[in-house]
Amino acid sequence: MSEAASPGRVQARRHSINLHVLGPILALVLLVALGAWLNPNFLSYGNVTNVLARSAFIGIIAVGMTFVITAGGIDLSVGAMAAFVAGTMILAMNALVPVMGVGVPLVLAGMAVALLTGFAAGVVNGALIAKVRIEAFIVTLGSMGIYRSLVTWLADGGTLSLDSAARTLYRPVYYDGLFGVAWPIIVFALVAIIGEVLMRRTAFGRHCAALGASEQVARYSAVNVDRVRMATFVLLGVLVGIATIMYVPRLGSASGSTGVLWELEAIAAVIIGGTVLKGGFGRVWGTVVGVLILSLIGNILNLASIVSPYLNGAIQGVIVILAVVLQRDSKATSRR
Amino acid sequence: MKRRTFLSAIAASTMLAGAAVIMPATAQEDESYTIGVAIPSATHGFMGGLNWHAQDTIARLGRTYPNIEFVLSTAGDASTMVNDIEDMVATRDIDALVVLPFESEPLTAPVQSVAEQDIWVTVVDRGLSEEGIEDLYVAGDNTGFGRVAGEYFAEALGEGDKIVVLRGIPTTLDNERVEAFQAAIEGSGIEVLDMQHGNWSRDDAFNVMQDYLSRFPEIDAVWAADDDMAIGALEAIAQAGRQDEMWVVGGAGMKEVIQRMMDGDPQLPVNVTYPPAQISTAIELTALGLVSSSPVSGRFIIASQRITPENAENFYFPDSPF
Repeated sequence: MSEAASPGRVQARRHSINLHVLGPILALVLLVALGAWLNPNFLSYGNVTNVLARSAFIGIIAVGMTFVITAGGIDLSVGAMAAFVAGTMILAMNALVPVMGVGVPLVLAGMAVALLTGFAAGVVNGALIAKVRIEAFIVTLGSMGIYRSLVTWLADGGTLSLDSAARTLYRPVYYDGLFGVAWPIIVFALVAIIGEVLMRRTAFGRHCAALGASEQVARYSAVNVDRVRMATFVLLGVLVGIATIMYVPRLGSASGSTGVLWELEAIAAVIIGGTVLKGGFGRVWGTVVGVLILSLIGNILNLASIVSPYLNGAIQGVIVILAVVLQRDSKATSRR
Repeated sequence: MKRRTFLSAIAASTMLAGAAVIMPATAQEDESYTIGVAIPSATHGFMGGLNWHAQDTIARLGRTYPNIEFVLSTAGDASTMVNDIEDMVATRDIDALVVLPFESEPLTAPVQSVAEQDIWVTVVDRGLSEEGIEDLYVAGDNTGFGRVAGEYFAEALGEGDKIVVLRGIPTTLDNERVEAFQAAIEGSGIEVLDMQHGNWSRDDAFNVMQDYLSRFPEIDAVWAADDDMAIGALEAIAQAGRQDEMWVVGGAGMKEVIQRMMDGDPQLPVNVTYPPAQISTAIELTALGLVSSSPVSGRFIIASQRITPENAENFYFPDSPF
């Protein structure tokens, strides 16, 4: 009986696993086709560059979020953290202008400040979660509020603006690129490739998955659980720093409303991409697809304006849920 | 819920006790007062400016009237604001409340109960959803804000010229502005290509403007309806290298924008006021009403004015964060 049944079962599993993998890509292809059909400019060089470049901030952060979620954690503070890092970076650069003058060293110093601030923020989150053993949800909910009010306080309730000469010098980091590909896109691609290799080919990636699947088992298998957990939050903090380095030259400013809801967009992208919210399985390339799906929806709605703009959020919500439902169905069949 | 009944019990008893003490004393010269000020927290440029003006006014009035004490609270959402107001009534025994309701509906009943305790109520900017609660209403002119901008578009543009609009966060206030704008350009032959929500945010406005630019090969002007959005839109236009094709009208007089107008930026021909300093007007009138016999009850609507490069200096507040 089992002999008769198993080939069919294996067949079904293989088939559905393919669907599971293809789900997000299929959704992306459908969205691109829809966009191209609705507006001839959708596939123009300018529009594609715009969408990819503006996806880069959330994208870079979401790659880090993939590791955190795979290891069974969550980080709600990344949006507020990005705003805080941007504010600190702008203040530091403005303060350094009289000392260093406006030149490449100033920009490099600003970047270093952003990376260090992101790193420090990641260490604080990670230490509270891994060493003090407070729930990740609670720690990052707390730090979200802290960073958000810190940046509002730093900006005195208004907007922090980069010194205009420094701004002119720094601006190309967002707007220029190599061989016609904008810098944010290049950086995003590099981060994604490194993330994918880290997740698939290194012990660290396997340890994240093991930790997310079962902390006990991971501990018994001689995985240094605390260090891995800490590392995921530090990695995410550094990536928030990198995302901010790309973000600041765009508008040259930061305020209390910078990065609002980025954390939820990043988490949504990770989940759409097929990473399991409860941890144990992560897919970096899926996250990249998820980020692209999210920003394409917004872009297409702006390009087409077929429905009332009041409903744009609803349409985005429906597509996000559909993308995940598609995957869950195929996964349920594969488990059966 | 227990806390609320507890607080209102305290409030009621303090009010009874307070009333007994205050009543006979009102005629005295050295009467002291407490004014509570409840405003939304500074999460957006305009509110940042409003917070700054509120603090500035309180500091100045504190020196002018040593017998008036001020309690300032800022809230990030409607329910926190209600808690703050309840605490002010219960623990600080305020004589007057100046409130900029976070949202009209949820604040109406709590402010009404404050008014019923014979506390002077001044409502700023966003009205309550029931009429006749407040003693004084101070606000900017939302209809005027849209109309003044629309009138400039109708003057400066002609038949067949194309514009795009960046709207704010979906609210009745945004609707009022947009409807007045549309009414003002009616009959001018200006074609509105599209309206999308930029949510009064630089980042959102930047994205929406980028999409407008790749969608429409010809745009003559942009109504950004807020200076934060205007800055995002200008950046997207600069990226596309189309600065010479179109100008942008923002609103509310952010200092960076006023600065650029004073420098004669051709992309920013005019601006429309919607002063964050209206909170100062409200606090000053309330204080005046308490300490003097000047009648201050009623409605005080601050007109939306057109700012041009010529008069921009009058609207420049370099110390304000906005």
